[in-house]
Amino acid sequence: MNRALRPLVATTAIFALAYLAAVIQFPAMLSTRVLGNFLTDNAFLGIAAVGMTFVIISGGIDLSVGAVIGFTTVLNAVLIMWLGLHPLLAFAISLMVAAAFGAVMGAAIHYLKVPSFIVTLAGMFLARGGASVLSSDSIGIKHELYTTISKSYILLPGGGRLTVIGMIMLLVFVFGIILAHRTRFGSYVYALGGSEVSAGLMGVPVARTTILIYTLSATLAGLAGIVFSLYTSAGYSLSALGVELDAIAAVVIGGTLLTGGYGFIAGTFIGVMLQGLVQTYIVFDGSLSSWWTKIVIGGLLFLFILLQRLVFSAASPRRKVFWKT
Amino acid sequence: MVEGAEPVVQARGIVKIFGQHRALDGVDFEVRPGEVHALLGENGAGKSTLIKILTGAYQPDGGEVLLEGAPVRFSDPLDAQRHGIGTVYQEVNLLPNRSVAENLFLGHQPTRFGIVQRKVIEARARDLLAGYGLEIDVKAELGSYSVAVQQIVAIARAVELSGKVLVLDEPTASLDRNEVAKMFEVVGRLKARGLGIIFITHFLDQVFEIADRVTILRNGRLIGTKVLSEVTATDVVRMMLGKDLAFDHGGVGVAEAMQGPVRVEFKSLGRQGKVAPFSLALHEGEVVGVAGLLGSGRTEMARLMFGVDPADCGEISVGGRVVNIRNPAQAVAAGFGFCPEDRKLDGIFGDLSVRENIIIALQAKLGWFRALNRDEQIEIAGNYAEALDIRAANHEMPVKLLSGGNQQKVILARWLAIDPNFLILDEPTRGIDVGAHAEIVRTINRLREEGLALLVISSELDEVVAYSNRIVVMRDREMVAELSGADIAPSVIVAAIADNPGAKVTAEVGA
Repeated sequence: MNRALRPLVATTAIFALAYLAAVIQFPAMLSTRVLGNFLTDNAFLGIAAVGMTFVIISGGIDLSVGAVIGFTTVLNAVLIMWLGLHPLLAFAISLMVAAAFGAVMGAAIHYLKVPSFIVTLAGMFLARGGASVLSSDSIGIKHELYTTISKSYILLPGGGRLTVIGMIMLLVFVFGIILAHRTRFGSYVYALGGSEVSAGLMGVPVARTTILIYTLSATLAGLAGIVFSLYTSAGYSLSALGVELDAIAAVVIGGTLLTGGYGFIAGTFIGVMLQGLVQTYIVFDGSLSSWWTKIVIGGLLFLFILLQRLVFSAASPRRKVFWKT
Repeated sequence: MVEGAEPVVQARGIVKIFGQHRALDGVDFEVRPGEVHALLGENGAGKSTLIKILTGAYQPDGGEVLLEGAPVRFSDPLDAQRHGIGTVYQEVNLLPNRSVAENLFLGHQPTRFGIVQRKVIEARARDLLAGYGLEIDVKAELGSYSVAVQQIVAIARAVELSGKVLVLDEPTASLDRNEVAKMFEVVGRLKARGLGIIFITHFLDQVFEIADRVTILRNGRLIGTKVLSEVTATDVVRMMLGKDLAFDHGGVGVAEAMQGPVRVEFKSLGRQGKVAPFSLALHEGEVVGVAGLLGSGRTEMARLMFGVDPADCGEISVGGRVVNIRNPAQAVAAGFGFCPEDRKLDGIFGDLSVRENIIIALQAKLGWFRALNRDEQIEIAGNYAEALDIRAANHEMPVKLLSGGNQQKVILARWLAIDPNFLILDEPTRGIDVGAHAEIVRTINRLREEGLALLVISSELDEVVAYSNRIVVMRDREMVAELSGADIAPSVIVAAIADNPGAKVTAEVGA
């Protein structure tokens, strides 16, 4: 089996086993209602994690994701409630602002040769600070589009609801999978993660790819912000605090190598669902503190980092070659 | 080779200057279609600079590059590739994390509606590699295959994208014999297809096996281009090292110098894939010179002795007692010192002062809890600076501001400060201006007279002859000869390096 697939298989197996164990304890967890809520409650995290997966596969990191989500919720609220713009127009503006923000960060990373960690850390402070300057108070959003969207869903057999924001997340994952595995851009992202020098010598447009990767991540963070504002019907500068770290955790648990070059968007989906599963379990249990989510995620992260070390540092097997005679 | 054919690529009077240094000085070079042209020269001869100019990584400061007779200027290696010149480096510059097929077509994948046509790529990759006699799973990660396969994939990619000239920069350095044979089969097929192939290597036997012509560079100058069927290995070595055999030193008197008891002994020390097991004993007051071409295993031998690379067989004894040396710290504890070949990279701490550079090994040996105070440091540094005649305005200036010769003496002083049993000098005169050469040689002689045991690696045969009591010759990672007495002469050394049994060599292999 392909080495890179092993962490993904392990994640999937752990998710299946954990879900099975939870269902044995609380049979009610096996329902489309719970699954539908998984998707809805973690939609913003999942969307941001798709962008983060691209960044990490390319060998970088994006710490600005949570702050961009927070900024976008505030910007949306300001545009809709204070300036009276139609939400769709506000969404478009928010996405463009986020995209431009990501492009600038990508350009700084490439042209100034500054590590992505530092650049996106600066981006994080800028976005969070900018959001607070726009409004330090929470702004409630009241608009008929918001009401319509939050009321629309597809009824699943068994009474579960596939909400609009849940569907948005699923679409983003499908888009991410195609982009990563079926396009030239995707192969360039993996190439950068493998070796930037080799990629450059092989003709990969390094500058353009780097800028596009961070643009993509910030745009998806912006979309996550829109979804978050739909989810909460509000804009608040301190919303989605630390979501970048949850996203990184989901990406790593999903089998993407933190040093870049290997990973799957689909794995990130399972990473997000695993976090949702832990949260739901805690809700069902009722007696556990919600901080147990963090402890479980921390334990899983350690496990997966260990697993990746074992899989990738073990001398890679040399295949027997069949020379044509 | 097509005799008299128009060269596919040609360099005329190339000059390249780095700062004060003329890396290439009026070099001519050409490759004809269907020819394998070997490029030889020691470190610093200008091979890689010439290749970088031909492949667009550097721009020449003088002269011109012609492609099929027309002058060209490549802006970067990709541009050169588009014009038909492809390069395969020793370190495979492909992506080990991606599939073989993707490595072959990255950046040129056929797409339909923006979606990469994976099946088409895989089929084409299989066809392409079959043409090189390689039947492998093209969907597997490149990194899961041996270096030899990766090299052939790299060649296939370069030929597919360029198709006129293929530059092979030490492609066989990390391959075993069977793999080299496979590689040469591939080169033979490409040659038959009419490609011009530039082949850079350190292995003379490989040059004679596969190349049609050879061009030899030394110190940035063209020494000559020869048809290989008309020259012998000895001629080639002589051209590379620049030794006029008519001028023979004869015994220098050093050989008879007094020898004390055995100081350090290496018994069948070796490391798989690096150096074949060798035995060597060094006496007090003895200098053993190491001769051999670049890549012959001379530096690897020094690294093994100093524990930089741990040996996987054999033993080391100091003063008759067996010691365990698995890393440099243990070597220092045993009283070994090592002045590495690349001074700037591995030797000096450029930003630290002369004083700090001198005392650092001693301090490391003493450990954390016996810190030398500033007065002691100044005294120690002062003593050695005086003894070795280190010329610095003061001992607090950064060592990077000193001349190469003085930097070398600072490193020597560093090791002398620990009162060593045994010193290894790897190319002590490289990159030092000619005037300072004699001074380093005098210093080596003085250290010997003081009773130190030294191992000196050098490609300057005149110098090796001037200070060595004995000389060992390395070839193909093996110690092939040990010369002493009247045999310490450039002509004999050259013959031993070239493995020419016709010359007068009295080889006593082993100690």
